[in-house]
Parts: sequence; C-alpha cells; structure tokens
Amino acid sequence: MMNMLSINIFQTWLEQTHGIWYVLVLAGIAAIYLGFFAVAGLMLVYLERRVAGYFQLRLGPNRVGPWGLLQTIADALKLVSKEIFVPKMADKLLYKAGYYIVIIAALLALAVIPFARQIQALDFNVGLFFISAVSSVGVLGILIGAWGSRNKYSLIGAMRSGLQMISYELSAGFAIIAVVLMSGTLKMTGIVEAQKHTWFLFQGHLPAIIAFMIFLISGTAETNRVPFDLVEGESELGAGFHTEYSGMGFAFFFLAEFINMFIIAALGATLFLGGWLAPFGITDGLPAQWLWGIIWFLLKVFVLIFLLMWFRWTFPRIRIDQLLTLEWKYLLPIGLVNTVIMAWMVWKDWLIHLG
Amino acid sequence: MEQILFYILAGTTLVAALLTVNTAKIYRAVVYLLIALLGIAGIYFQMNYDFMGAVQLSVYAGGVMVLLVYVVMLTEKVGEPIRRIAPFRRAIAGITVLLLMGLALFAIWKFDFQTLGNDSPVTVEQVGKAMLSYERNGFVLPFEVISVLLLAVMIGAIVIAKSKIQKNTDQ
Repeated sequence: MMNMLSINIFQTWLEQTHGIWYVLVLAGIAAIYLGFFAVAGLMLVYLERRVAGYFQLRLGPNRVGPWGLLQTIADALKLVSKEIFVPKMADKLLYKAGYYIVIIAALLALAVIPFARQIQALDFNVGLFFISAVSSVGVLGILIGAWGSRNKYSLIGAMRSGLQMISYELSAGFAIIAVVLMSGTLKMTGIVEAQKHTWFLFQGHLPAIIAFMIFLISGTAETNRVPFDLVEGESELGAGFHTEYSGMGFAFFFLAEFINMFIIAALGATLFLGGWLAPFGITDGLPAQWLWGIIWFLLKVFVLIFLLMWFRWTFPRIRIDQLLTLEWKYLLPIGLVNTVIMAWMVWKDWLIHLG
Repeated sequence: MEQILFYILAGTTLVAALLTVNTAKIYRAVVYLLIALLGIAGIYFQMNYDFMGAVQLSVYAGGVMVLLVYVVMLTEKVGEPIRRIAPFRRAIAGITVLLLMGLALFAIWKFDFQTLGNDSPVTVEQVGKAMLSYERNGFVLPFEVISVLLLAVMIGAIVIAKSKIQKNTDQ
C-alpha cells in the first residue's frame, strides 16, 4: 500500500505495458539512464576542467565548439579510437569485469535518486540503505580490475582504495543516519517530502550542519578525489588501479568516477538541501512542476559539485596516515556523538519547523 | 515476464555458484561467488523483499566479499591454478558434500512452506521494533549478545594492534 502513494512515471509506464512492449519500455528506461550517465559524465569532465581553469586563473578548454563545450566529446572520440591493450599476464575476465562492476554499481545508485517528483526509476522503501549497499559493491570492481591487470602498482592503488572506501563509508553512514533520524524514513521521496517546510540542513541546528560537513568529506574520500586520491597518486603509483587500462577501459573508470561524484552531490542535495523542492516554495504554483523540480535539483547538485571541485583544486593530497587519522580519530567519534545528540533532539522535538 | 526474470536470476546464480567451486583459480572463485550473491539479492528484490535485498548487498556483496578479496590476496600463488588434491581426500570431500546435500534436501522436502501474500513487504520500522522488542518473538537478547561480541572483537583488535607497536619500540 505504501507504494501506491509514490507512483512515478517510469513505474506507470511499466504497469501499462505487457509482453514485448514491457521489455522495450524496460530497455528504454535503461537507455535513458545510460544516456544520462554518458552525457552527465562528459559534462562533468568539461566542468571540472573549466573550474580548474577558473581556480588557476586561466580559461580551460575553449576551442572546440562554443565555449569549448564539445571538447570532452572530442576527447571521448579519441579514446574510442585508441587501441584497447590488455597486458599479457592479465586475467582477461577479471580485467574486463572490473569496469563493468564499477559502472553497474554507479548506475544502480543513480536509479534510486529522485530527480523530481515522480521522476525516479525505483522508489524503494529502503532507498537510502540501497545506495550505501550498492556503493560498497563499487569498491569490488576496482579491486577485481586491479587484480586482473596483474600489476603491483594497480594492486597497491586498489588496496588503498578499498581501505579508504571501507573506512569512510562508516562516517558517511553516520551522517546519513543523522538525516534518517529527522526524516523517520529511508525512502528517498519520503525524505524529500519531510523537508517541505525546512531543509534538513537547517532543521537540525548544528548537528545537521556537522553531519553535512562529515558527509561531504567522506563523500570526497569515497569517490577517491583530491585530497583523498592516494589511490592514484601519480608520483608513487603510475596511475593507481587503472594503470593498465587504455582507451575506453580507462574512460569507463574515469566516467564512473565522475558519476560517483554526481551521486554524492545528488545524495547531499536530497538529504540536506531538500532535493527537488524549491527554496521557500517560490516556484510552487507554476506549470510544469516536474521541470522546475529537475531545475532546482540540478542547481543544488551543481552547487555541491562546484564545492567538491573547489576542494580538488585547493587542497594538497594527504598522506595515508593522515587519511586514517582523520577518519578514525576525528570523523568517526564526531559522527557518533553527533548521532546521539541528533537522536536526543529528535526525541525532545527540538527541530526547527518553519511555515 | 516475472517468471522469465526469475529464471534468468536463478540460472545466473546457479551457474555462478557451480563455477565458484569448479574454477581452478582462487581469485576467479571470489568473483563468481560475488555474482551468485548478487543474483540472490536480485531474487529478494523481485520478491519485493527490499530490506533483505539491501542487507544481502551490503553485508554479503559489500562486506564479506571485500574481506574475502583481501584474504585471498594474502594466500600463496593467487593467480596460478591450485594444486590437485589427493584422490583419498577428494573422496572424503565428495562424501561430505553428498551427505550435507542430502540433509539440506531432506529439510527442504519435509518443511511445510507456506505462500505469503505479496502485498505486505516488511518495513524497516518493523525490523527495528522487532530488534529491540523483549516480548514474544523479540530479538533484544540476540541483539545485545551480538553487540557484546562485536565490542569484544573491537577491543581484541585494538589490544593486538597496540602490543605490536610496543614490541617494535622496545627493540
């Protein structure tokens, strides 16, 4: 019965079709998500380079197409035309399975994220839990791919990656639990609806802001981005876990990394910044609500992505011991205490409810 | 349609499970096991048993598999096919497997399975309440026992890690 409340367009499409059409619609939805995966990935790479240019007082890509918008497409074409080189000693099956697992994990996480009211492929009762479960499968892709390429640098990079993701998943989990305490549900649409009057970032006073900061830090670590990019420390490991990948093999890992960044930002926007809801409901009465929902959602995601890119071009890479100290001695205890305080606040009903 | 999906999932799971025990390369066995576990998670999701599916993903496919990957990396000659075992040992292993399979089949045959309606998926709320309930069918005792066990494990890990550091400084 709970599912009845949240019929989304993809589910309605599926329910109205039978037989061969069912398969076609299913494939169509998958194609939409794959298309989004590719386009968003390419756009984020472009954005990254422009933001990098901005922070380093230069222009970034600006020759191919208007404002250099087609630069990444040209890059992708170059990568497609490159030879896919598989090392002689590599375990070919594992070598190839690596990037598929990473991409599938990213796509599965993407399926649960609500882009606007009703625009979401799957609305589980346990959506949030599902995302954190799926993201732990992504680590395996990196480990398997690195093992498959039979290269010590790949293996060291992947070991670091596994270590880092497992550690930081804990504090990301605590940040998410703080939100779940306020929302009382793990369902993504339910979490957004609970922020109708006040975003969770403001509803929960200081603990919510602390949780947001912990979430951003551990999110950066989980996507292996600077300052947590020991996984591919160029000066020590060649290119880390994807040292042996060339052409599209490398491109798949690269795209998945950017999509993971998008997922972290989208999760942050959904959990703390009210997802598709307009601030103060300023666009509520207007027509085409779904479009406004997508616009607001992508705007919030963009702000968070900009923040993550800002991190990347501001902080230097940290050492492995600093990485572990930060997680186990600071973030995790802070997250634990923060969760207890948040539970207390929810119990006493000290949350801020505007409107 | 549901049936076709079920057979695809079940078939993948079975094939992957067979490959897990039959492959000669130990690291590949890990990957096949991962596919089998993912297939089971898929079947849970198909049954609308979302919570169990997500637990399957995060505990088995996420946690246990990462642990296995690290353990396997530490074994000897990971990439090479493993040695053949002596025929006598293989016979013993075969008999044990047959016995266990017989037991499992017997249990499945004898147990009176009941079909449940598909319209009442278990919610996280119910799971949480059952976990802390001390009434009939409540799980508060196992829950507390597990917490004590985990605490003991954590303290043990810290003690082992600490003692090594002290030895190193003594030298």
